[in-house]
Amino acid sequence: MTTYSTNEFKNGLKIMLDADPCAIIENEFVKPGKGQAFNRVKIRNLKTGRVVERTFKSGDTVEGADVVDVEMQYLYSDGDFWYFMSPETYEQLGADKTAVGEAAKWLKEQALCLVTLWNGVPLSVAAPVHVVLKVTDTDPGVRGDTSGGGGKPATLETGAVVRVPLFINIGDTLKINTETGEYIARAKE
Amino acid sequence: MPAPRNSAASARGRAVSREARLAALRKRATLLAEARAFFGERGYLEVETPVLARSGAPDAQLAQFALSDPMLGALYLQTSPEYAMKRLILAGSGSIFQITKAFRQGESGRFHNPEFTLIEWYGLGYDRERLIIEACALIARLAPSLHDKARIVSYREAFREALGIDPIEDPDDRLRDAARAHVPSAHELPLDDRDEILDLLMTHAVAPAFPTGALTVVTDYPPSQAALARLNARGLADRFEIYQGPMELANGFHEATRGGEYAQRFATEAAKRRARGLPDIPEDRRLLGALAEGDLPDCAGCALGLDRVLMLAVGATHIDEVLAFPIERA
Repeated sequence: MTTYSTNEFKNGLKIMLDADPCAIIENEFVKPGKGQAFNRVKIRNLKTGRVVERTFKSGDTVEGADVVDVEMQYLYSDGDFWYFMSPETYEQLGADKTAVGEAAKWLKEQALCLVTLWNGVPLSVAAPVHVVLKVTDTDPGVRGDTSGGGGKPATLETGAVVRVPLFINIGDTLKINTETGEYIARAKE
Repeated sequence: MPAPRNSAASARGRAVSREARLAALRKRATLLAEARAFFGERGYLEVETPVLARSGAPDAQLAQFALSDPMLGALYLQTSPEYAMKRLILAGSGSIFQITKAFRQGESGRFHNPEFTLIEWYGLGYDRERLIIEACALIARLAPSLHDKARIVSYREAFREALGIDPIEDPDDRLRDAARAHVPSAHELPLDDRDEILDLLMTHAVAPAFPTGALTVVTDYPPSQAALARLNARGLADRFEIYQGPMELANGFHEATRGGEYAQRFATEAAKRRARGLPDIPEDRRLLGALAEGDLPDCAGCALGLDRVLMLAVGATHIDEVLAFPIERA
């Protein structure tokens, strides 16, 4: 197993902490000119998403975590697992509900997702930032009202519900920001 | 492979425009000229001493870059010009200053680059108070936007205010409890060395409470942290550090004068190095030899981190913003 000294700490480095894979999101080196150096580190637990602060004595070592981000194509879900395929190796992997999390509601077949693997097993899935999805249900559109003011809920083909302008109709395709869950624009087919 | 999503955070401090970099470069030139004018007006002699030497600093807390030359053997990049400058004072130079590069292995972060610029000076006949006034005047001249009143506070008082503990008198247990209460995950650290606990508290709880935009001068350090400062009548180290917010800018000493104190200090640090399994560094025998022939003239010396002052002068948040080429791109 790889070990890292605090000297090698940098943002994005994946390490093991309390038996969980974590990513360093902030590393501050503090040292009185004449004294002991420490690394004050903000760490995201990649399983829980929780951010914790830790202090290390500079020079200490920690175990590295075998965590990689790979781009994979979403194939389908059987309800328990969401299946992804590497477009390069055609290798297929199933991600469970915990790993897929919020991304599930944006996933449409063939979407390219960022899958984080820990020891080869999906740890988390990030949907593409922008997705184009079809409206399957919403109140009838109000013709001519392109103001976007007010708005109404619309159900998309993946099951996600987003707030859309009044002029949107069933069957329209919409561009959505998955990070904010917000409607961006009507997409041209 | 796609870039991690949180790459925005890793660019912090480095996403600096070309204009900002050039502005910092020009400001550096101004600060260098201002510093030279400042010392010139005060009758200091500018000197240059080797950055590459056959001996090094014994400090267990400093990791020195070691090089090797086929003819000369091991050589060390200086962590500070202190010993060489003291040799000049022993040789009769009078008050001297130097603007030089210093090198410290493994020091990299918001306020650290392994190679950095120091302004170091020694005022003959100076005591600590006179040196504090001079150091604050220099910083004020280089970074005029700072509040012009510095606050002078003892090490003890600073700890009392921030944590309600006495860093000089309180037993180790009390300090350990404070560390566990104020430092994230401190319970994971060994906390078996009193000075290490104090350093931990200083960097995590005491200095972060210092006001930004103004100077805080901390004086009267515990005797265990005297380095080469003399001890005052209360048995405390006659040294000071100047902070702006939590950032340490300068470190000053009313210098120890007797050769015996230097030899003792070198031996103590060498023993610490050995105990920690760190490599031996040959001690500066020429300095000890010169001190054996006569005490160091009464003087006080200060080292000021020029890059950090430049950070203040241009409003930078990361040292990389004020370096022409930070270590990753050097």
